[in-house]
Amino acid sequence: MATQFQINGRPVQSDAPTATPLLWVIREELKLTGTKYGCGTGLCGACMVHVDGQRAFSCQTQIGEVAGKAVTTIEGLSGDSSHPVQKAWLAERVPQCGYCQSGQIMSAADLLKHNPKPTRAQIVEHMSTNICRCGTYPRIVRAIERVAREA
Amino acid sequence: MTIALRNTDLSRRTFMVGAAGLTFAVASGARINSAAAARSGDVTMSPWVTISTDGTVAIMSPAAEMGQGSLTSLPLILAEELDADWSKVRIVVAPPNDELYKNPGFGYMYTAGSNAVTSYFKPLRLFGAQVRKVLLANAAAHWNVPVAELTTGPNVVIHEKSGRRLSYGEIAAFAEIPAKAPEVAESELKPPKSFRLIGHDVMRTELPSKVNGTAQYAIDVQVPGMVYGAILRSPVEGAGPDKIDDAKAKAIAGVQQIVPLPYGVGVIAATPWAAFDGKDALKVSWTRAGKAWGFNSEKALPAFAAAARDLSQPAKVWGSAGDAVAALKTATDTVEAEYRNDLVYHAQMEPLNAVASVSANGDACEVWCGVQSKTIAVSVAANALNIAPDKIAYHDMLLGGGFGRRGHRDEEYVHDAVVLSKAVKKPVKMMWTREDDVHNGRFNPLSAHYLRAGFDASGKLIAFHHRKACDEVTAFQDPVRFERQKGRDGIAYNGVDAPYYEIANRLGEGVPRETGLRTSSLRGIAHLTNIFAIESFMDELARKRGVDPAAFRRDLVKSNPRAVAIIDKVAQMADWGRKRDGSALGFSYMNYSGTQIALAAEATVDRKSGAIRVSNVWTALDPGIAVQPNTIAAQTESSIIYGLGFALFERVTIDDGAVEQSGFYDYHVPRMNEIPETHIEVVPTDNHPTGVGQMATPLVGPAIANAIAELTGVRLRETPMTPERVKKALG
Repeated sequence: MATQFQINGRPVQSDAPTATPLLWVIREELKLTGTKYGCGTGLCGACMVHVDGQRAFSCQTQIGEVAGKAVTTIEGLSGDSSHPVQKAWLAERVPQCGYCQSGQIMSAADLLKHNPKPTRAQIVEHMSTNICRCGTYPRIVRAIERVAREA
Repeated sequence: MTIALRNTDLSRRTFMVGAAGLTFAVASGARINSAAAARSGDVTMSPWVTISTDGTVAIMSPAAEMGQGSLTSLPLILAEELDADWSKVRIVVAPPNDELYKNPGFGYMYTAGSNAVTSYFKPLRLFGAQVRKVLLANAAAHWNVPVAELTTGPNVVIHEKSGRRLSYGEIAAFAEIPAKAPEVAESELKPPKSFRLIGHDVMRTELPSKVNGTAQYAIDVQVPGMVYGAILRSPVEGAGPDKIDDAKAKAIAGVQQIVPLPYGVGVIAATPWAAFDGKDALKVSWTRAGKAWGFNSEKALPAFAAAARDLSQPAKVWGSAGDAVAALKTATDTVEAEYRNDLVYHAQMEPLNAVASVSANGDACEVWCGVQSKTIAVSVAANALNIAPDKIAYHDMLLGGGFGRRGHRDEEYVHDAVVLSKAVKKPVKMMWTREDDVHNGRFNPLSAHYLRAGFDASGKLIAFHHRKACDEVTAFQDPVRFERQKGRDGIAYNGVDAPYYEIANRLGEGVPRETGLRTSSLRGIAHLTNIFAIESFMDELARKRGVDPAAFRRDLVKSNPRAVAIIDKVAQMADWGRKRDGSALGFSYMNYSGTQIALAAEATVDRKSGAIRVSNVWTALDPGIAVQPNTIAAQTESSIIYGLGFALFERVTIDDGAVEQSGFYDYHVPRMNEIPETHIEVVPTDNHPTGVGQMATPLVGPAIANAIAELTGVRLRETPMTPERVKKALG
């Protein structure tokens, strides 16, 4: 049975078995490859998306769970890299290899949406779900603080 | 500025100019010639620069981009001497061609050892200067004025006297290319004070694509008709499948084919999840071929330590000065110590993968991959199919982390994709899961270090002897290089002799082990463990003599002003002399391939749990000319955090030859809530640029251990310094 849901504002459907991780449907069926596979166990956050406005590990979300829901990926965060988090990410030169950064940005956008002026401790707590092996953490903090400051 | 990442589209070229006569710029590649044929009659061509009539300056970038920024930094060096307008520069990823684009530091296209800028710096400046000379000569002829009256500005030739200007694009429309490239003396290059681009940060060219999901890694490639491949590889190098029970795997919906291989079993499926489920459902018993069966890392390490300590065990001299063994015999006071290091996993964020599309009759192949050596990738694909390298169409992809993992001579994950595609006669996206990436890991080797030092009656350090027992990494990672280097293994032993310390008698030796484990260069390379040993030991020596540890090191580098300056800088940044309440500072220093770097760490320890917390790290480095200072700072932050993981958390163990860890649930890499505040100063000088990609990594562990020694009086001798080990050491 096809699962119907929204991705970045447009209706889509997938025939994948309902237990299939949303991650692979997004990447391989919908060809939105900005969302990354990093661990498949919900421990690195490279796969982070928003489901109905809340961040979610897409590798831990079954496709059946998003029936009727709205999924946002990095490609849907803005059409032109104009989301304040994306702008701050460039201003602070955050990415290195870049592989985890879609997930980092989706986590940061989630934080700032619910808490536009997070403290340093709140940033660290929220963002510790996401691993960056290049160690861009200091710049991620600076970028989030920049968004909060400029908001 | 734009970037062409996925192809080498040179069809827009209007002219190419030359570097003939320079050692690695002879235009001979078939691709280059055909692309250059846009303008008939061109003679000597450089594969490096193309200037179009609209003023676009296309510059080849020869290195792999894995986050370190070379994609941008290298063409920027050429653009500096060309006097190009950076906003008109288009960076083009160089195709695999060793003859044209090899890294002079290695002799082939290989991005490793933090040496891309170091090795390409001089040739790229010369190429840029040559192109500029050709432009000047053409403008001089056009205006009929002496070339000496001309100068350049960004993308423009200027005749000051008459006020005339010709843009590089305008010159491109009529330029005559000399048969032989002009000679450029080093004295004709810009003095550093005239640099417009070098030393001034520009936006890294691919960075915008890394905030909107458009950056393309191999794992993102989609090819029409593509299927998915997973591979169960043997747990031990050299072993292969003995019995394969694939009944359950075949029963999984979407699984299309099982592909037995000499070293494992492949699963082909219509979807990634079916391929992974199919792999997990395989039941395979393995042959006992291969050396590592029965190996247990915890049991091996004491044996390594015994071998390092046993001076009768054969060793390979890595480096020496004077006669350390004799000097130790005459010393009035000797000190000895031992250190141990567990295996470390790269944990690059992108699990290894590649996409391959082999033609139906197996006589050609397209491959998409992220590798540290693209020419090796081409060879791997060609060898797997037993066809010529020119039958391989190679697509360069960004690397989701490298750290030394992607430059092995066999680039086995590329091989995996090619053989699976060949077997099923379809394009295959071959992906390792994170678990595969750990199980198939090639690790920084297990090592044990034995060090001894001798002081004379006046208290002067006169002898230093360091023996490191570990596998010879290059022998596994790159047998070709190992042979070329006549068995001298820099990946395992470089720096074991601390050559930069002014000690009259020094001896650094490797005591080779042969475990059969899969080993690799990893960030920090040999220094990662060597410096843990050396800088911990220096601290012990300083304490034993009652000398301040920073001053102790400073005295050992006193004839090198750059080294002294960087030690003093870090001492000042950290307020080194000030005692902390409840925490303490530790110091470390090294000369990493010419880069001067020192580091201080502030640490606390929870005596109940044994957990170490690092609150602050200060570091300063002098890499000579800082081509892109912000990128250097970023690499240093990155190096510190990588070093923190090595120091405190990261540990692979082996039992019966197989890896015991599987993912981020049992292999602990640093998260944001575990990192210190980092305080970094890049201190450029006018010296030739040296490496910046990993220099702080080896310094973190010893600085932490030294801080704990200052705080508790207890010496930690083993990485990672896990809570269990610390608790045990504190007693």
